[in-house]
Amino acid sequence: MNRVNDFAFKIATANGTGSASANSLIMQAIFRMGIPVTGKNVFPSNIQGLPTWYEIRVSKDGYTARTSHFDLMLALNAATLQKDVDEVRSGGWLLYDSSWPLDANLKRADITYIDVPLADMCTASFKGVRERILMKNIAYAGVLAALLGIDTDVIRALLKEKFGKKPALMDSNQKAVDLGYDYAKTHFDCPLPIQVQPLDKTKDAILIDGNTSAALGCVYAGATVGAWYPITPSTSLMEAFRGFCQKYRRDDATGKNKFAILQAEDELAAIGMVIGASWAGARAFTPTSGPGISLMNEFVGLAYYAEIPAVLFDVQRAGPSTGMPTRTQQGDLMLCAYASHGDTRHICLYPSDPREAFELAVKAFDLAERFQTPVFVLTDLDIGMNDWMVPKLEWDDTYRPDRGKVLNAEQLEAAKSFYRYLDVDGDGIAYRSLPGVHPKGAYFTRGSGHNKFAGYTEDEAEYTEVVDRLARKTQLAARSVPAPVVRQAGGTRLGLVTVGGCHAACIEALDLLEKEGIKVDYMRVRGFPFGDEVTAFLDAHEVNFVVEQNRDAQLRSLLTLETGVPLERLASVRYYGGFPLSAQHVIDGIKATLEKAA
Amino acid sequence: MTYIAKPKVHAPTLAKNEIGLTRRDYEGTISTLCAGCGHDSITAAIIQAFWELSIPPYRVAKLSGIGCSSKTPAYFLKEAHGFNSVHGRMPALVGGANAANSDVTYIGVSGDGDSLSIGFGQMSHAVRRNVNMLYVLENNGVYGLTKGQFSAAADRGSLSKKGEANTMEPIDGCLLALTLGATFVARSFSGDKAQLVPILKAGIAHRGFAFVDVISPCVTFNDHEGSTKSYAYTREHNVEIVQANFVAPAKAITTEYEPGDATNVMLHDGSWVRLRKLDDDYDPTDRDRAYAHIREHQRKGEVVTGLLHISPDSQDLHAQLGTIETPLIELPYEQLCPGNAELQKMQSRFR
Repeated sequence: MNRVNDFAFKIATANGTGSASANSLIMQAIFRMGIPVTGKNVFPSNIQGLPTWYEIRVSKDGYTARTSHFDLMLALNAATLQKDVDEVRSGGWLLYDSSWPLDANLKRADITYIDVPLADMCTASFKGVRERILMKNIAYAGVLAALLGIDTDVIRALLKEKFGKKPALMDSNQKAVDLGYDYAKTHFDCPLPIQVQPLDKTKDAILIDGNTSAALGCVYAGATVGAWYPITPSTSLMEAFRGFCQKYRRDDATGKNKFAILQAEDELAAIGMVIGASWAGARAFTPTSGPGISLMNEFVGLAYYAEIPAVLFDVQRAGPSTGMPTRTQQGDLMLCAYASHGDTRHICLYPSDPREAFELAVKAFDLAERFQTPVFVLTDLDIGMNDWMVPKLEWDDTYRPDRGKVLNAEQLEAAKSFYRYLDVDGDGIAYRSLPGVHPKGAYFTRGSGHNKFAGYTEDEAEYTEVVDRLARKTQLAARSVPAPVVRQAGGTRLGLVTVGGCHAACIEALDLLEKEGIKVDYMRVRGFPFGDEVTAFLDAHEVNFVVEQNRDAQLRSLLTLETGVPLERLASVRYYGGFPLSAQHVIDGIKATLEKAA
Repeated sequence: MTYIAKPKVHAPTLAKNEIGLTRRDYEGTISTLCAGCGHDSITAAIIQAFWELSIPPYRVAKLSGIGCSSKTPAYFLKEAHGFNSVHGRMPALVGGANAANSDVTYIGVSGDGDSLSIGFGQMSHAVRRNVNMLYVLENNGVYGLTKGQFSAAADRGSLSKKGEANTMEPIDGCLLALTLGATFVARSFSGDKAQLVPILKAGIAHRGFAFVDVISPCVTFNDHEGSTKSYAYTREHNVEIVQANFVAPAKAITTEYEPGDATNVMLHDGSWVRLRKLDDDYDPTDRDRAYAHIREHQRKGEVVTGLLHISPDSQDLHAQLGTIETPLIELPYEQLCPGNAELQKMQSRFR
């Protein structure tokens, strides 16, 4: 089997030792050589000391899902040696720091050991504890470059870009890379059979994480107010927004900000600020994760009932409760769809990768203002925090925000009357007005019972009229959410339905299954409420495998609740252990279902 | 219910303010609170304050949480956008609204349950953020809408209508606000409109969080013998220590100025607050002494009222955030979107 440009390796280190720079250096170098590559950071909820892993998959065919088959392991953390040795696939390689002897029971006969005295080398070449630790990690990048055949010129160029302005750092980093590189070249047969060779498959691509791209989406959508309470794994979304705003939203003349970021005291306040800002007429958003959504439920119901736009990013992590903050999951599908007490139903968008997170972030603001309601953008830790290879982001300069039905001063002046919740156009969407614009625009916003004139009511007919219109309005949104992505294999009674970040693993799984003669049509839903295309796809297939990352088959529940397609036709395939989904999970699940049916 | 419109009565003799409006133009719908409720007097004072300041009602946004007090924004300024939100969470809404549009005058009405229990965190952090707003805490020491439970503002030993004594220490909104760095702290009494109106006016003009705690007796559940929030108790134990007078921007301070017993504090809009100390040992610009003073009187069983503290160097939320003078909602989209050329250029950092 040819392993050139088609393998995976994993680096085991301890948190807070600077291994992140070494890992991204290696990944970026492979990317710059034109080879499709993705990285998955498996990290603890900790700042320093606990085990952390970085997985890099090189795939000439451009598959970006996680794989759990590792050809090479860099076992650099004594605390996890046993586990790391076990994880290497048979016939693979294990690199360890031979400054210390390897325990005899860690020896496997079916893998090759690569011993590099990283600590000793760095002790001899660098001064001070901190520098020795940091440079040990850069040194393994050098070893990897030699073992995998990574272009050293590319590495040099990357170091220069990063440390160009700090010559001392540049020199020590280059020295460490060379140390590792030279040692490997001298002592081993380089490169290994798993190796990279230049391709031209990345020139129109970028490496980006979904929190960064979603933040960029907020900037391009014209959001001016962001409110948040920091929570893993969503924190970097607001940090990125701040970074972009500092670059693009500073007034030239005064240096003053054309944005406001409010760090709230908790998620309850964060969503309150977003609703307040949207009520006043700004595009406003909050990034959070499941525990934050739980806290925001009360206010979400208010925004739904009082019809105030709001954009919420739920970068999902493993629940319930605190769960596993640094592991990924799709456990909030039901929570977001029907968040808050009473009858509610919310528009949800489900990006599958960072590029779509950028696009759907923009879409979320348009939908929130068009339908005057909260909109959830559900990503997850994998999409939000890992570096994905995606096609470059594009922007249509003719785009203008859809601010929905907002009456300005002239319109209000000309209007005979204004009633906030009157369905003037018969489309379920009433006109709204903003504070401070015109005396005729005044109305009383309330979460208590109200009639179509915005007056307080406890009258059954008046109350029902408004909540029925809300139901109609939300249902109409099904036509405006992005259509599902469908890939027809043709001539099959089998369908696969999935959502969000499962996309990459599902596509890879279907390609592999097709090679075995199993043909499956594919649909990835991108918005809630589901449009007619979703029901049509489910109806067209005898068996629909519903692939998702939660224990309780939440997508399947949503599908059967919302489309009426019976559960028997929806075969659940689930993985919810906290790692990103791999093609193997999907294949195993589908085969198990098929075998059971046979 | 709360949207019973007041009948329009043509009254050409009513006094008009600088923008030609009468007090009637600052009213709202008819109150549905109990007859004699302190909150209705506060509503009347709010109407008077806005009318005297000649602020167009539609340039005001009035927000509240949940509770008896939170119903009152319906009863004043009918041409202002109102927001009766969720319990204890009005401060967050104002914070967001103010961030988006700094060009509207914000008034938040809350109660002692809304502010000191369920909304304790939100109020506290709005104080810290120094959100530019008038925050009126209508304080009756009791939960009215749920029929008479003690609130966190109830004094220890104060008796409920059923005769049970409150066993816990009270949370004092003014002391809390002072501790958190509030830039404007006042306490008044719903029964003292002469004192309350100038305080409200000063609070509206103050750029920052103007905290006004108003003792506002609940005639139904907390106006009996043994209550420390009754009309009788408050009248008897109220000690006014500093009298505030509001002076509009255009009017220079020339008369009545007597050095030694009055302090003049200039506000951002050029208006003045004249503070006449009724107690020699008091400096309303000194936070620590204000705190000590309130405590000292509390130990004697007295309730001090007046504009207790004002920081002349208040830096509101926008000053802290460094936002542009133009309200964010007025920035054209073209100024907010960097465009495709920049997007293509900046993506080199992701390669």
